[in-house]
Amino acid sequence: MRYETVIGLEVHVELATKSKIFCSCSAHSYGSEPNEHVCPACCGMPGMLPVVNKRVVDYGMKAGLMLNCDINRTTTFDKKSYYYPDLPAAYQTTQWFAPVAVNGLVEIETSKGKKNIRIKQIHMEEDAGKLVHDIMEDTTHVDFNRTSVPLIEIVSQPDLSSAEEVEAYLDRLKNLLRYAKVAECEMAHGTMRCDVNLSVRPEGSDKLGVRTEMKNMNSIEAIKRAIDYETARHIDAIENGTEVLVQETRRWDDIKGKSYAMRTKETAGDYRYFPDPNVMPVIIDDDWYEGIKATLPEFPEVKRAKYINEYGLSEYDADRIAQSIALCECFEDACAVSKSAKDAANWMISDVMKTLNNKQMTYDMLTLNGKKLGELILLVTGNKVSRANGKKILVAMFDDETVNPEQYAEENDLILSDNTDLVKKVVGEVIASDPKSVADYKSGKEKALMALFGKCMKELKGNCDPQTLRNILTEEVNKA
Amino acid sequence: MKIYTAKIDTASALKVVADDMILTTACPTAAGSKMLDGYMSLFESEALTRLKNAGFELCGKTDVGEFAIDLLGETSYNGACTDGEKILNPTAEAVKANEAAIALTLDVNGSVRRAAAQNDLVSIKPTYGTVSRYGTIPVACSGETVSLLASSAGVLKEALDIIAGHDDKDGTSLSEELCASLKKDAPTSPVKRVAYFANMFEGVSECIAQKANAFCEILKKNGIEVVEVEESVIAASRVAWNILMSAELCNNVSRYDGVKYGYRTQNFTNLDELYTNTRTEAFGELLKTAILFGSETLSTDNYFKVYDKALRTRRIIVEAFAKIFESFDAVLMPACSKTEYTTQDIEANKYLAFEENLYTAPASITGLPAVVTGGVQLVGKAFSEKALLDAAEIYEKESK
Ligand SMILES: [Zn+2]
Repeated sequence: MRYETVIGLEVHVELATKSKIFCSCSAHSYGSEPNEHVCPACCGMPGMLPVVNKRVVDYGMKAGLMLNCDINRTTTFDKKSYYYPDLPAAYQTTQWFAPVAVNGLVEIETSKGKKNIRIKQIHMEEDAGKLVHDIMEDTTHVDFNRTSVPLIEIVSQPDLSSAEEVEAYLDRLKNLLRYAKVAECEMAHGTMRCDVNLSVRPEGSDKLGVRTEMKNMNSIEAIKRAIDYETARHIDAIENGTEVLVQETRRWDDIKGKSYAMRTKETAGDYRYFPDPNVMPVIIDDDWYEGIKATLPEFPEVKRAKYINEYGLSEYDADRIAQSIALCECFEDACAVSKSAKDAANWMISDVMKTLNNKQMTYDMLTLNGKKLGELILLVTGNKVSRANGKKILVAMFDDETVNPEQYAEENDLILSDNTDLVKKVVGEVIASDPKSVADYKSGKEKALMALFGKCMKELKGNCDPQTLRNILTEEVNKA
Repeated sequence: MKIYTAKIDTASALKVVADDMILTTACPTAAGSKMLDGYMSLFESEALTRLKNAGFELCGKTDVGEFAIDLLGETSYNGACTDGEKILNPTAEAVKANEAAIALTLDVNGSVRRAAAQNDLVSIKPTYGTVSRYGTIPVACSGETVSLLASSAGVLKEALDIIAGHDDKDGTSLSEELCASLKKDAPTSPVKRVAYFANMFEGVSECIAQKANAFCEILKKNGIEVVEVEESVIAASRVAWNILMSAELCNNVSRYDGVKYGYRTQNFTNLDELYTNTRTEAFGELLKTAILFGSETLSTDNYFKVYDKALRTRRIIVEAFAKIFESFDAVLMPACSKTEYTTQDIEANKYLAFEENLYTAPASITGLPAVVTGGVQLVGKAFSEKALLDAAEIYEKESK
C-alpha cells in the first residue's frame, strides 16, 4: 500500500525587537553572561506589571501580513500556567483567544511545483529562560536572559506532505520574515525553532492517522531526518504492528537518528489558559494598521520580476540580489543614483556580496549605503576613478560608514589624472629606462608592452584611465 | 499576635503605615505568608513612593491575612490578632492608635472595608486604574485596588490627591485626564440621590441596620434623597468574584515554588517534591482551598462552565450598576454583616470570608469606588471619589 505523510508545523520565531515583550531589558543575549539582561519583571518577582512593548505588536502584525493573514484588530494576551524552573512566574503570557493574525497562506515551490500552505494563526508570546546543568557540581542553574524575549508562533494547517516541502516552507518563512526585518530566523542561533506534527495514512484516505509531535530539531537537516525516520516508524507500525502508535510528544535525537517518547500529550486543559487581566486588549486602529502596511516590503518574487522586466537584469542576477532585502535596498538605491542597473548589479554581485562572503557576514547584515555606492559607480563610469581604485574605496566604505567616496578618493590621491602631459612624461621616462622591453615589443613580443604598461601605471599610482594610458604608450613606443 | 511586621522610627508629623501587601524596600514584605517570610523587594510600591515624595514617612508595616483574602487578617502566618475572642485588623489598630495619619492597603477581598466599618474608621477604595498597582503583591489583579484607611474623610482626600494618577509602569493604569477627577481641585458633582439596597441589608445584624438608619437620617437632613431599591442581580457578585479571585490567585501565587526566593522545603529529592513540599509546608489552609478552587475553575472542563460565566456575570453586574446610576449618584449597602467577628465564627465556618464578601465583592468586581464610613458602604459611579468623601464628611460633621 502507498502512504502519505500529513505534516503540520509549529514554528517559533524570535522577534528582533531591541527589548523584551513586557520590560525594557535587552532582548539580545547571544554571547552574554548568564542573567545579564534581567529585571524584577522578567524574573517573575511579585509587584511588577507587564507593559506591552508596542514594537512587538508591530512586528507581529508585519509577520501576519507577510504571510497573508487577517489581522485581529483587537488582540489579547492570555496566561498559560505550568511549573518549570525556567518559567519564573509559573505562567507564560501568550495569545490563546485572540491571536494577532489568523487565516494566512504561504506559497512554496518544490520539485513538484507550487503549493499553498495554509496558516492557522500567528500568536505573540514570551520565551522561557534556560536551564544550565552543571555536571561537575551536579547542580542546575537558571539563566533568565531569554525569559520574556518576544516570540511569534506560526501554526500551519496540516498541509505539508514531505521533508522537501517542509524545507521549502521553512525557507519561505525565513525569507519573508527577514524581508520584513522582523526576525533573524537562524536555527543555529535558536531564533527559529520548529515542532513537527506528523501522521501517516493510506494515500487518498481522508481520515488522519495517529499524530505525534516531534521536538528538539536544531537544523533543517535534522528536521528532514526526523521526518523521514518518523514516517518510516509510523508505516512500520501500521503495516507490521511493530508497536501501537499513540498521540504523544517525541524528542528527536539527531546523533542516534531516532525519536523517543517524551510524555503522553496531555490535554491543553492542564495549561489553564485565561485572559491576563494585567494586559489590556490591544486595539489596532486604522492608523496603526495602515502605518504598518505601508512599511511592508515588496515580496521577493515581485522584486525579482521588477529587476528582470524593469531593470533589465538576467534571471540569475535578479535571483542573487532578490535573496536578501538588504541587498535589494542597497541595489535599488545604487541604481537610483548611478542610473545604471547593469553597473549596480555588477558591483553588487562581484564586489559587495563577495566582500560580505569574505567577512563571513550574512547578506542581511549589509549596512552599506546604496546611494553612496551609486556615487562610487558614477566616479568609475565617469572615468574619475579607476575600477581597481573603486574597489579600494568600497573596502573603506565597508569599514567606515561615514566614508564619502569622492572625498575619500581626493584625500587618498585616487582621482584619475586627466593630465596627458604627466602621462606622456611618465611614459617617456619608462620607455627611456627600459630599452629592452621596447626592443622586444618591436620584435613582435606583445607581452613586452604589458610590462611597460604596468610600470607606467605603477609610476602613476593607478591614477590614470587605462585606455588613455594604453593609447599614449602605444603611440610613444612606436615613435621610439 | 502581631500588629506590626516591621516598625520604623520616624520623627515626621506626616506618617503612613502600609499593610504587608505593599512592597517596600525598607523592610520585608511577606503578604502574611510563611512563603514570603523575610522577602525583601528590590523596588517599592508606586503609591508609597508618591506619598513619600509628598512628605509622608513610612512608620511601619502592618500584618495581613495570607495574601489578603480573609476577613480581617486572621490567616496571617504570625497568627490572628485578637482581643479576647474578637478578631482585630492590624491596620485598623494602627490607625486607631494614631500611629499614622493614613494607612495604605491593598483591597483584595474587602478586609480593609470590613475593618473600617467595624472600627468607625473611613476607607476609600478608588476606581480601578486610578491608583497604580505597581509594587503590590498580585492576587486578584482584575479587581484589587490600592486603598486608603484613616480616621477622617478629609485626610483621605489629601492622600488620594497624591496617589491618584497615571503610571506607565502599570498597563491597566488609566490616563492622567481620567485620574484628574480624583484630585483636590477637580470640580465635583455632589451626591444628591442615594439608592438604599434594601435586600442587601436583610441579613445584617441589628447594630449594622441601626448604623445604616442613622447614616440615612443624616443624609436626608442634609438634603440628600435616599430611596429604597430592590435589586437582585448585584448579589451575584459574590460567587462571580470568588471564582475570578481564586482563579487569578491560583495563577499569581504559582510563582512561589521554592526555586527563586522565599520559603524552600528541606525535604526533597526531585523537582516535583521541591514544588509540592515547599507549597504544602508554607501555604495556609484558606489559601490552599482558594488555589484548588481556582485551579479547578480554569481547567478545560470548567473554563466555559465556570470561569467564562463569572466573566459574563461581571459584565451583567457592571450594567446593573450603570442602570442604577442613571437615576442615583451612589448606592448604600453594608460593608459587613456584623460589627465584629470572633474566633468562634471562624471555627464554625472556615470560609466565612468568601461569604462576607457578599458586601465587598460588588465594588471589587466592577472596579467602582467605595467609601466606608459610619459603619456602612457607599458605592459610587466611576471617578466619583470626591463626591463620596464629601458625603462622608457630612456624616462626620453631623454625627459628632
Ligand atoms: Zn526584564
